[in-house]
Amino acid sequence: MAARAALGAGHAVAAALAALTLGTLAAVAWGAGGLSALTGWDWRAVWFTCWQALLSATLSAALAVPVARALARRRFAGRGLLVTLLGAPFLLPVIVAIMGLIAVFGRNGALNGGLEAVGLPPVGIYGWQGVILAHVFFNLPLSVRLILQGWQAIPSERFRLAASLDIAPRDIFRHLERPMLRAVLPGVWLAVFLVCLTSFTVALALGGGPGATTVELAIYQAFRFDFDLGRAAALGLVQIALCVAALALARRIVVPAAFGAGMDAGPGVTGPPGWRRGADALVITGAAGFLLWPLVAVIATGLPRIPALPGDVWDAVWRSVWMAVVSALLSASACLALALAIARGAGRWVEGAGMLPLIASPLVLGTGLFILLRDVASPQQMALPVTVAINAAMALPFGLRALIPAAQALQADYGRLAAALDLRGWARLRYLVLPRLARPLGFGAGLAAALAMGDLGVITLFAGDQPTLPLKLYQLMNSYRMEDAAACAVLLMGISFALFWLFDRGGRLDA
Amino acid sequence: MRLFLIPALLLAGPVLANPAIAQDRVLTVYASDYVASEWGPGPAIEEGFEAICDCDLQFVTGDILPRILMEGEGTQADIVFGLNTDMTARARASGLFAPHGQDTSDMSLPVAWEDDVFLPYNWGETAFVYDTTRLDSPPASFAELLDAPDDLRIVIQDPRSSVSGLALLLWVKQVYGEDAPEAWAKLAPKILTVTRGWSESYGMFTDGEADMVLSYTTSPAYHIAAEDDLTKVAAIFPEGHYFMAELAAQLAGTDQPELAQAFMDWILTPEFQATIPLANWSLPAKLPQADWPQVMRDLPRPATTLFYDEDQAEALRQPALDEWQRALR
Repeated sequence: MAARAALGAGHAVAAALAALTLGTLAAVAWGAGGLSALTGWDWRAVWFTCWQALLSATLSAALAVPVARALARRRFAGRGLLVTLLGAPFLLPVIVAIMGLIAVFGRNGALNGGLEAVGLPPVGIYGWQGVILAHVFFNLPLSVRLILQGWQAIPSERFRLAASLDIAPRDIFRHLERPMLRAVLPGVWLAVFLVCLTSFTVALALGGGPGATTVELAIYQAFRFDFDLGRAAALGLVQIALCVAALALARRIVVPAAFGAGMDAGPGVTGPPGWRRGADALVITGAAGFLLWPLVAVIATGLPRIPALPGDVWDAVWRSVWMAVVSALLSASACLALALAIARGAGRWVEGAGMLPLIASPLVLGTGLFILLRDVASPQQMALPVTVAINAAMALPFGLRALIPAAQALQADYGRLAAALDLRGWARLRYLVLPRLARPLGFGAGLAAALAMGDLGVITLFAGDQPTLPLKLYQLMNSYRMEDAAACAVLLMGISFALFWLFDRGGRLDA
Repeated sequence: MRLFLIPALLLAGPVLANPAIAQDRVLTVYASDYVASEWGPGPAIEEGFEAICDCDLQFVTGDILPRILMEGEGTQADIVFGLNTDMTARARASGLFAPHGQDTSDMSLPVAWEDDVFLPYNWGETAFVYDTTRLDSPPASFAELLDAPDDLRIVIQDPRSSVSGLALLLWVKQVYGEDAPEAWAKLAPKILTVTRGWSESYGMFTDGEADMVLSYTTSPAYHIAAEDDLTKVAAIFPEGHYFMAELAAQLAGTDQPELAQAFMDWILTPEFQATIPLANWSLPAKLPQADWPQVMRDLPRPATTLFYDEDQAEALRQPALDEWQRALR
């Protein structure tokens, strides 16, 4: 009974996700009366998209390795806090991140100020290098987090054995770290590649010109200025094809690591002494500077203006917060249903459906829903629910990744006991599942809340008279009020972080 | 987790269910984003019209033209407010709009207005704005801008996503004609970046990232009136400046034809027009210059105004875009 219910719920969510991502694409194509041919410029955009995603993913993964290793093998005061803070850029609303990057790396930014002071030529952020820089800024935290987990998954007994045998760091790398990286890196690379493949706002601000047009940007232009739904749908299809090709490739490359089990007892690993200690300190300082400096710059500019923000900004704040919270709960519930079904052996397609939002274009999604729903309800009334639903779906793949292993472990460890005790339905959820899965659930919900808070993409077609905070930020900028916009950006950033922290923390309290 | 569930569900209800306002006579106005914000012209327009119409004016903001084209006959809009001159061809081709019924023979526009469907309510011209404290010798003409040293950095908007970016494309086309590709090639090294919309560009300019920004001849008025800042100036070029107006139109299929007509009748009245300069930071479409705020009267005006009619603009758009993309790639 319980098994069937769990499988049923999982299948239902998976079907809903498939309908949401593929159904909307079909709706756009249908609304256009078919697909249109792509222009030469579109193919250039496809090429640039692949190229920048490849470079961004490779750089992010490569840079993350030394950072993750330094963090894994060193202990220092504030390490836990630093690991948490280094995750921040991934949660940052894109528009806020761009403000911060320009404040630091821009022509008039702090870095060029410093370079000029010592007589060095300035660096330019605008152009393809700006797009890559921003993508690394967003995705280095994700990569570090995932690789760090890989390091921590190597039983500490292996490291202690190596230390007692006096094995050189080079050989530790060869026997322990390299196999782990071999197992972890393709997944990390793929995740970043997919995120960069659907990038939109970054290229809009830092791309420098039409040479840095991404597919998602071309979709936006097809909708917004050419009203060519057929081309938008064709581009959406190309984007999905690219993602699927990347997924298929990664599946062939990934190999599982086999370290065996460990007791995971005793003190943590201590890294090698000597120059490597200094090098690790340098790597950690460098990463912290790169990832945190832009945040500090945004805060420094905007914070003093917050008290002077006009009243209806606060209405937008509450609206956005509730939207984010509902999005987070929806996302976590959907994640849970999928993960439980997968743990009970639901078909591969359920897991695949859970990853679908990662490869779908938010613009195609929004427009498809608009076409499907316009006869059912007025778009203004749908604006907030649609935004909630899309954002819940968009964050789902990340939460699901964290939840699946936990759900599988739960099923393996407690499944038979629960069955023997006839623990099922609500009671099983309440006393077994939720407490054991609270941590990854809280993490996933926090991620969904933060992403929903900063979202701007999907709302523009539906927007009614109830603007969200990111929209408010744009309105301020459009009314020449750049200083108020900067204050709004700090608010947006602060709330995104706070929401993530609350959910993540909430998950750990209950456990 | 549980901790958050109950209050969230309790409070999400009212937020998600958009409260419908009980009013029989509702005029639905689709407007561009900034219009309805408390800093745009929307609140004054709403208050002014509701005082005379015995109705409820509701703004619906967002991407108005894509949305109206997608909704077609089924749209709930009675009025669209904030279309741009260079995009009217596609709007007109939809056949969704009805004539405005206004006399446009004595507008305060630099171009003759004979369109009987789309009614301008404000206007301005594209211009490059600079900061006098940062730029000692600004280019005095378009030619000087093209020949300026490459360390002069300008920021412009993408003609594929922004109306002002499209206006620049047509501006260059009208000034340089067949030589437009060469003009873009000269401009290209000076372009710091191309942004999606006007606001991102303008923010980069005020942050000191760029020396000049593609904006409007009227932009300095905001800094003078709202910030007492006289350092932001629009460079006036003898080659002329490209005309941009924002337009309103009524839907042919409106279920409130009288209200919609009343709104169109109200747009050119002095009461409406007087709210435009300091809320929209642009010039009123029909108001004697003597009635403009001092700050707008004092702004330097270009001697020549350039403009393509909608058929020319539509025909030139794609070839000009290709030229632009080739020059800047």
